[in-house]
Amino acid sequence: MARITLDLAHSYKPNPQRDSDYALTPLKMVFDDGGAYALLGPSGCGKTTMLNIISGLVQPSHGTVHFGGDDVTRQTPQARNIAQVFQFPVIYDTMTVAENLAFPLKNRGVATDRIKARVGQIAEMLEMSGQLNTRAAGLSADAKQKISLGRGLVREDVSAVLFDEPLTVIDPHLKWQLRRKLKQIHHELKLTLIYVTHDQVEALTFADQVVVMTRGKAVQVGSADALFERPAHRFVGHFIGSPGMNFLPAALLPGAPAGATTLGVRPEYVTLAADGAPGALPATVVQAQDVGTYWLITATLATPAAPGDTHTVRLRLNPEARAPRVGDAVRLGLLGAHTCFYAEDETLINIGVAA
Amino acid sequence: MQLTLERLEHKVGAATHLYPLDLALQPGTVSVLLGATQAGKTTLMRLMAGLDVPSAGRVRVDGQDVTGQPVRQRNVAMVYQQFINYPSMTVADNIASPLKLRGGMDKAAIAQRVQALAEKLHIDPFLKRLPAELSGGQQQRVALARALAKDAPLMLLDEPLVNLDYKLREELRDELSALFAAGNSTVVYATTEPTEALLLGGWTAVMDGGELLQYGPTAEVFHRPVSIRVARAFSDPPMNLLAGGAPRLGLMLPAATPDTTIGLRASALRVAQRPGDIALPGVVELAEISGSDTFVHVATAAGELVAQLSGVHFFDLGAAITLYLDPAQAYVFGGDGLLKLAPTRHERT
Repeated sequence: MARITLDLAHSYKPNPQRDSDYALTPLKMVFDDGGAYALLGPSGCGKTTMLNIISGLVQPSHGTVHFGGDDVTRQTPQARNIAQVFQFPVIYDTMTVAENLAFPLKNRGVATDRIKARVGQIAEMLEMSGQLNTRAAGLSADAKQKISLGRGLVREDVSAVLFDEPLTVIDPHLKWQLRRKLKQIHHELKLTLIYVTHDQVEALTFADQVVVMTRGKAVQVGSADALFERPAHRFVGHFIGSPGMNFLPAALLPGAPAGATTLGVRPEYVTLAADGAPGALPATVVQAQDVGTYWLITATLATPAAPGDTHTVRLRLNPEARAPRVGDAVRLGLLGAHTCFYAEDETLINIGVAA
Repeated sequence: MQLTLERLEHKVGAATHLYPLDLALQPGTVSVLLGATQAGKTTLMRLMAGLDVPSAGRVRVDGQDVTGQPVRQRNVAMVYQQFINYPSMTVADNIASPLKLRGGMDKAAIAQRVQALAEKLHIDPFLKRLPAELSGGQQQRVALARALAKDAPLMLLDEPLVNLDYKLREELRDELSALFAAGNSTVVYATTEPTEALLLGGWTAVMDGGELLQYGPTAEVFHRPVSIRVARAFSDPPMNLLAGGAPRLGLMLPAATPDTTIGLRASALRVAQRPGDIALPGVVELAEISGSDTFVHVATAAGELVAQLSGVHFFDLGAAITLYLDPAQAYVFGGDGLLKLAPTRHERT
């Protein structure tokens, strides 16, 4: 086990000229020993490229990969001592569950009694102790993927365990149980885990630190609450949360810090303000959706200064609130402790303003 | 357009894929078919379209019996899960294909309509490209534009967004809702996701195991599910169901007899106490964080419960937690599984 340090860029093209030629634009990333990380972003954001560079399946076109103090940039996945779990089960159907779990250890010449102890421990964590002598062929897809997870976690000496959307094949009703298992296992085994997914629940539930990526850039590395409460980049505000953050020109309201072009406020933090409340803007409700557990209200701001510009704001209201109806004139409270201000380059300048 | 199904039934060999059902679709709006995989949604849609002939029963369009009529003689548009486009045609030709096939429109009029649809679905920069040169989300937009080009009175969409990532899904769902609202088509939209049904609004038909369980305005079906089966199908996370649970919860409910099941929505469970609440102490099994919500799985004396809390909350596995419940928020189902009592809702002003 070791700290993993990336200082690199990667292009699949021979002579990259501009940012869009890069699958990963120049970046520095550190994965601490024993941490649980998720790489989160839409398809094409570069998360799988980053995972493949860590594992050694892809060599970066520029820069280096270090495991601890060692430069492993040109090393194969085997030499890097990495375990991997993929979207679909990778197991031997003809072997029993125990033989499957033991296989990565046997390959490394681990002593027989040590193998037995470790296989027993992993099987117990995965609640598969009762199936150790069952042949894998007869098992469900869920159980097979659990074996794959077990094979990824069974070795104690790996530099890191890499997961590529490992819960894709799992029945939605069982997913939370496997998420729980992975979290428990991380607590007990203290392995470095790096997990690629496009699903925000998967990433935010599993990881201590989530790396949010878009267009070849890691735009924020942070905990779930940091990503929700303090999005460092407009993309994070948009991508995390359903619906994502509202963005408006900062000039619409007083109190914006110098250099701020955009104001961001989550639907959860927009309030219905009283008439004459300071910092509240008049708006018209265009949609009121009863989403069961809350009201989702969509309103357009009245902007007398520029009647051509319409700005849409969404707000989430408590189900017990008296929700406004379509066509109602309301006042929206947009300034508060959670209001974020962004610069021209979409990065966060400041949070919070006295309402 | 009024689509009416009468005692419609479908069997394949000895297997019943759809049990006899009656359904009069609300015209000119979206009706969601909600149910898990294998619930019968696709079977029902294929019968509506005329792609399959039912084993028994009638399909009527504006009163007229069209039961045996094949799909090409009906005016129906369909969109599937997979992004189905003509691979050798440009995006523009793909969208134009139903218009050309139907005839009666000159080239300029077709080009104009294609342009307008492409703009609505944000694919106008790609009109000259082939579908394979587009991302998955853009390819599905092309398929949607082609279906909309037909301007058919009946439009059937079978989980059209399931293969897209969630942010794209959100975006496209909003756009589709606006398009459905602006048009006059009767739209049928199949999904496995309760939240998607609620966001689409309109009317919802809940299906399970080849049966139609309930059909009504979406919010009404959600708030007043007629049975445990509907409540289970129309909740995410699943409604907490406690068989004979009233005494275990310490609930004093007039409707609760020993054979009743208590249903608690995850959103009805809170961590902040209010006067009159019942306290449910337990241990955290996992906190799932979606960003906007945290779903806390808690082992309690009454059974395992899931609570939905707004925002991001961290809980250590195994930490002690107390959930609070307003007894008025409980659903009560009878021994026959049918709804006896639903929480009264705050009336809208």
